[in-house]
Amino acid sequence: MTTLRMLAIGTLLHAKHLSRSPFEVAMALIVPLVQATLAVHLFRSGDGSHRLIEAAVGAGLMGIWASVLTGSGGAIQNQRWQGTLEMIMLAPRRPVTVILPITAATAVTGMYALLATLAWGRIVYGIRIELAHPAAFLAAAVACVLGLGMFGLLLASTFVLLRNANALANPLDYPIWLLSGMLVPITVLPSWTLPVAAVLPTTWGARALREATVGGPVWPSIGICLAIGAVCLVVGGYCLTVFERRARVTATLALS
Amino acid sequence: MDSEHTLTAPSPPPPALSPSTRAGSDFAIEAEGLSRTYRTRTGWLRPRLQTVDAVRGVDLSVRRGELFGLLGPNGAGKTTTIKMLNTLLIPSAGTARVGGYDVVTQTREVRRRIGYVFGGDRGLYDRLSGLDNLRYFAELYAVPAREQKRRIAELLELVGLRGREGERVEGYSRGMRQRLHIARGLLHRPEVLFLDEPSIGVDPVAARELRRTVAGLAANGTTIVLTTHYMAEADELCDRIAVIAGGRIQALGTPAELRRRADGRRVLEIEAYGVPDAALAALRELPGVRETAVEARGTQQLLTVQSDTDVDVQGDVLRELSGIRLGRVTSREPTLEDAYVAIVNAS
Ligand SMILES: Nc1ncnc2c1ncn2[C@@H]1O[C@H](COP(=O)(O)OP(=O)(O)OP(=O)(O)O)[C@@H](O)[C@H]1O
Ligand SMILES: [Mg+2]
Repeated sequence: MTTLRMLAIGTLLHAKHLSRSPFEVAMALIVPLVQATLAVHLFRSGDGSHRLIEAAVGAGLMGIWASVLTGSGGAIQNQRWQGTLEMIMLAPRRPVTVILPITAATAVTGMYALLATLAWGRIVYGIRIELAHPAAFLAAAVACVLGLGMFGLLLASTFVLLRNANALANPLDYPIWLLSGMLVPITVLPSWTLPVAAVLPTTWGARALREATVGGPVWPSIGICLAIGAVCLVVGGYCLTVFERRARVTATLALS
Repeated sequence: MDSEHTLTAPSPPPPALSPSTRAGSDFAIEAEGLSRTYRTRTGWLRPRLQTVDAVRGVDLSVRRGELFGLLGPNGAGKTTTIKMLNTLLIPSAGTARVGGYDVVTQTREVRRRIGYVFGGDRGLYDRLSGLDNLRYFAELYAVPAREQKRRIAELLELVGLRGREGERVEGYSRGMRQRLHIARGLLHRPEVLFLDEPSIGVDPVAARELRRTVAGLAANGTTIVLTTHYMAEADELCDRIAVIAGGRIQALGTPAELRRRADGRRVLEIEAYGVPDAALAALRELPGVRETAVEARGTQQLLTVQSDTDVDVQGDVLRELSGIRLGRVTSREPTLEDAYVAIVNAS
């Protein structure tokens, strides 16, 4: 109970801290507009308004993904640069509960990007926001944030274990957009990508959102998204424990 | 900082529950043969592995409620020692227990009981307010929810940040950040507090309040390990002091005991401008002279010459310095600082 409270408050405060970074603010203003534009131009040729809102949601998801990837991949390094890594690791808690609020916060700010993309789509391009299941859309959005936060934790922990894995992060952006079917339906991708896509929580999060938008069974996708997220949490938690121990041996919790 | 609030220190834990009492020990901190080697890679094109033996076999025992000082020159290994005791670094050799718990194998138990404050202005969330910083760390350090509000208000008062807690930390002065660090370190009422140069960047009035706070915490049973470069601070506060240099403890005792190391000596202080190294070396060779030290104070230098009491070196010293512009010359009894200089120079 107290752990849940700590996770919630920690996530909110980290999101607050993130949202005040001038870089993040600029990104948050520009990226959704660019994405809404992309979505509209890629799919205007498509057959109907369904496609448009689907594209806008997909584009918004890319915003979340970008936020999680850059935010979570560098989460631990950022804390190190700020000099806060030692102070948070000093808490009498498991490393996973210390780091999870940070990656969850990147998913929260990413969720803002999704909503902003929809808003821009509405304002600038007049996309009609008609959701098949509004309540399920909300649930899917929350599931997306949770799933991505947990996936972000896996990224944060593996990136910090593998040296210079940050260099890996940026090229990961596009393949995962495609693989998760955020921009194009998975069915048009080559078949070898299917198993890869199936283990990414983003795939199921995107699917849940799409189903909530245009109609379909939302709940199974939400369930799978969360289940995969939970696996990420367990594996990421283990990696973080290894990382913490190793950093205390190599004296890399602090910069020096 | 209000002295009344120094009474907000944790009351000592009931003896029956305290593990080290259970283990029959009065010590809050025990360390044996603590050592730490750093390995660093230098050079970019042709990387070479370099090792630094930062701490080489430190034995320590600090009693419950004791205020223990760790003094030493830059790079002596003070911070390294503290970080091994507070679980941030794993020792290369040796063992240490805090509150009876091993710092390597019982990390979580140790962390529950300790607070850590370091000097400098990093380590805070700059874009959050002081209050949000404290709220976050209160959650993280498991301060019970219903106590948080009161505890934070109490600490803001204690460190003199009340009224400024709503502002973002990026707008804080260096001293304000340092006070926020201190408040954070006390949130969970730690039994053992590690203070690594806590008075850096704090103005003299606030530094005095800080000393009062620290003394109050110790009086209420908190065990404190303090490092500082201000001798007067150490002299005033510490029950015992370890002087560490080159990663080893060179001297250990009460301030009075350490001061006695300079017994039978006299100190000559000379204000001077532009003393060449050669003149300094010559001073050291004079009969009766035991130590020399120079401290830069703006354009001025303060020369201290320690000598045996029974030899009057003043004439010889001034002769060696002839031709150099001098200010006031005074002769005085040795202080803790002089004893410290003697210990460090001898190491
Ligand atoms: N992370 C690190 N990697 C490599 N060497 C280090 C590291 N941290 C400290 N050292 C080295 O270990 C030695 C002891 O450093 P330490 O920080 O413990 O000294 P200190 O007594 O705290 O000094 P100061 O008074 O300047 O704070 C120094 O030679 C320092 O260069
Ligand atoms: Mg230090």
